[in-house]
Parts: sequence; structure tokens; C-alpha cells
Amino acid sequence: MQVQTTDNAMLRAENIRFRYSPESESYAVNGASLAVQKGEFVAVLGANGCGKSTLAKHFNAILLPESGTVTVEGMDTRDEERLYDIRQKVGMVFQNPDNQIVATVVEEDVAFALENLGVPPAEIRTRIDEAMQMAGIYKHRGKAPHKLSGGQKQRVAIAGVIALRPDCLVLDEATAMLDPRGREKVMSTIRRLNHEFGITVVAITHYMEEAAQADRVLVMSGGKIAMEGTPKEVFSQTERVRSLRLDVPQAAELRDELAKAGLPMPEGIITVEECAQALYRLLA
Amino acid sequence: MLRDITIGQHFPGNSVLHRMDPRLKLLLTIAYIVLLFLAANPVGLTLCLALLALLYRLARIPLRLIGKSLRPILPIVAFTAFLNLFFITGPGQPLWQWWVFRIYPEGVSYAVLMAVRILALIAGTSLLTYTTSPIVLTDAIERLLKPLARLRLPVHELAMMMTIALRFIPTLIDETDKIMNAQKARGAQLDCGSLKQRITALVPILIPLFISAFRRAEELAMAMECRCYRGGDGRTRLKVLRFTGADWASLAVGVLCLAGIFVTRFFFKGI
Repeated sequence: MQVQTTDNAMLRAENIRFRYSPESESYAVNGASLAVQKGEFVAVLGANGCGKSTLAKHFNAILLPESGTVTVEGMDTRDEERLYDIRQKVGMVFQNPDNQIVATVVEEDVAFALENLGVPPAEIRTRIDEAMQMAGIYKHRGKAPHKLSGGQKQRVAIAGVIALRPDCLVLDEATAMLDPRGREKVMSTIRRLNHEFGITVVAITHYMEEAAQADRVLVMSGGKIAMEGTPKEVFSQTERVRSLRLDVPQAAELRDELAKAGLPMPEGIITVEECAQALYRLLA
Repeated sequence: MLRDITIGQHFPGNSVLHRMDPRLKLLLTIAYIVLLFLAANPVGLTLCLALLALLYRLARIPLRLIGKSLRPILPIVAFTAFLNLFFITGPGQPLWQWWVFRIYPEGVSYAVLMAVRILALIAGTSLLTYTTSPIVLTDAIERLLKPLARLRLPVHELAMMMTIALRFIPTLIDETDKIMNAQKARGAQLDCGSLKQRITALVPILIPLFISAFRRAEELAMAMECRCYRGGDGRTRLKVLRFTGADWASLAVGVLCLAGIFVTRFFFKGI
């Protein structure tokens, strides 16, 4: 049964606070509020220890807020009866691919979540084949995970989650441990899942270039949402972003320096292509 | 260096034995082991060896592999045979005598039978692990022990632990390799010095290894929770083991062979 929601929000957090132990003075998440719409690609940025990973773990009830509420398609994450519904809706992918693969064969690992839910074997087969094709690892299905590269392993982890047919994918620094090529492969897989299959994506990252591809960027600081907007809106405020101990994409930095040096560079340049275009126009 | 260690001794193939239902293989192997004790007479053991040779041929396992699995236990076999040779006494005259050492004919036959029995035991169980991958074997054990779950034995949990252990062995071997290199780069001397020095040199390798293993365990537990893991209740499996016609045929042939060997017990004297 689907709970009717008045709005189109996939995830909604209202003024949530969380600390790891009741004795500790400081809150890891301290009054964060946000909403993620269906089909959106949201990047969450922030310096180390700003609470972004803690926030991510609230989205599928791994952590429950001390105060405030988190809802997934209208379901409160505190509702224990809906726990597995919520975990099916929101899939999580973590940083280290080695620590989230359970089985010794790729396809068995992709099937793990479906086995847990008691899906009949024939249906498991069709769903994992589909998931492995979506993640681009179908040809590795019979291999042992330790024989794969980091990027491939991470795509196995993604396939294991999308076999659940989630509506939302939360990536907790899923590309942080990969080499540039593996990272590019994983990112293009995620973009495809977002564009073609309409899966909502929340990507926690510290790569500005990845964040620049998102529909919307949230910057966290001290357990709160400090900035919010499209990548252009956020990254053109270079000084503000730097004050939150973050970098801006290299293209934005270059534009800024050039503008400071007196060149008439247009506002809101954040990707290499845009920067190259602007420079080309300037020189022509 | 550590990467070369192979896990288990699975020898992939597509023979009748490879395709046989793992549960049946496991049960027949257990029956075979029991038989080695029940029919430990010259004829019975010869038949066992003949059966084993036939099965190894069927599975197309190269001879050198059998040698490889038998080599580590050769000292034990030699030691047992040696003891039996000198300590078994018979009613008749000794065959050979020097100082306090006496060898009786009974001692010789006992020593030979015992040695053959141990070798046949290892070769037989190796055949199981050669033709069955560890994952499939774990699966078979889980299914065979399933009735015990009613007695509240944690069968699913045990099988899960075995699967996870198998999955993490290569990862942890890799990690050990990295830690060893890191400690070597800091000046640790791992392969020289007295035994005591070498053992103490392992401490700075084991501590980081353990810490990282615990961290991995925690992350894995979280990832499993995210994928709706809630123990063995109501779980289904991707691969369902089905007893096929070929398996019934194998069962019939296996039981027939084993029964034939068992019967020798009533006609020949064994150990």
C-alpha cells in the first residue's frame, strides 16, 4: 500500500539532530532540513566531519534522528513496520567496495538482497540479470569479486542495490577509493540510472567535478545545510565555498582568477567546456 | 608472495562428478569414510582404491594433484606404519629380531593396511574438494543440516559465516601483504633473526590486520543491513539444488559399490 503524499518528495528531512552518544556535547547532524524530489540528482558536499555521511545514513533508517523527522516517500523512518519497505526504496552504496560484497561470486552477491526478501528463484534470476546489465557488469557475473578492479567491484555493489529496484540511490563517497578511470565508469553508470531509469540519486562526495554534474548541490557545515542551489549558483560564490573549507571546481577557480585580473569573464562557469568556450570567445 | 596461495583445492571441470549434486557427493564421501573403517580388510581396501582410481579418472584430475594433497600427510603415515610395525605382536615367531625390536607378520599387515587406509581417506576426501567449489560445498552443508535448525542450532548463521570467511580470505591476504610491505618500509625485519625475534616481528603485522578486520566487519554488517538482511528466516536462494535423474543413477551406483565393498567384511579378516 502506498502512502499518499501531497508533494513529490522522495526524501524529506525536517530539522534533524543526531549525536553518536548521548553523553557527547556535539551533534554530528545539528538541525539539517532538506527535501529531495523524485528523479533529482543531488550532490552533498562538505569538509571532513561536517556530518554528511551521518546524514546519508538517516535516509534508509540505518540511523534514526534524535529529534526531527526523516520521511521516505511519506514513510517515517522511525516506523519499524515499514523498515524493509524503506530499505527497498532507498539503496545505499558505501565507500569501500570490498566491505559491502557478501558472496564469493558476482551474481550471487547481486542476488543477496533479493534472497533476503524471499523473492522466488526464477524472479531473482530475471531481476539480477537486469540489474547487472544496467550496471554494466553482466559479462563478469561468474567471476569472484576479488578478481575485479575497484571500479568493477563498486558497480557490483551498485547492481546489488538496484536489483532491489529502489526509487532512490544514496552514494556515500562511492567513488572515493577508485582510480580516475574507475570513477568515471561508476559516475557514468550512476548518471545513466538517473537519466534513463529515473532513479533519484543523492551523492555524498568531495569531488567538485562530480558535484558540478548534479542538478542541485547541498553544502554541509557543522551538521547543517550551509548552502543550497544549482552547481552554478553554489560554485560561483567561490569565497563562500572556500570559507566552508571546500574547493571549487578548477574551471570556476580559473574564471575567478581571470576575472580578478580584469578579464571580462562571464559569471557561472563551472565546467571545463564552459571555461574553454568563454576563453575561445574572448580570444576570437 | 602471499597472493599465490590458492583457497581450497577446487579443480574446475565438467565431469559427471563435478556436476553431481553436492549433497549427494558429501553423503557418499561420508559413507566412504565410514566404509574405510568397517571394511578394513585387504580385499575391501583394494576395492576402495580401485573405486577411487576410477573416480579420479572420471573426474579427469591430474595425478600430480593427488600427490600434492597426499604429500603433507606422508610423515604421519610413515610414523603410524613404523609404530605399528614394531608394536603389534603376534602368536607365532617374529619375522625379524634385533635387540628389543621384533617384527611379526601381523605387524607388517597391520602397518600396510593402516597406511593404505589413511592414504585412501585423504585421497577420497580430496576428491570431494577437487570436484566441488567451496561455495557449493557450504551450500550443501547448509541444506543437509537444515533439519537441525529445528533443534535451534544456528545452521544458517554457520553457513553465512563460512561464506563470508571464504569471501574475505583473499581480501585479508592482500591486506597482510600490504601491511608487511608497509612495516618493511619502516625497517621491520621479518625474515631474519631467531625464532623468538621472528615471532615478535609478527605483532606489528597482526595488530593492524585485526583492527582493519574489525572495521571491515562493521561496514559489512551495515551494508548487509542496507540490503535487508534479517537472518535465515524466509530467505530464498538464487540457485536451488535439484536432485536430477543423473543424481539418482549416481546414488544407485554409489550405494551398490559401497555395499559391495562392505560385504567383504564378512569374508576377510581386517584390522
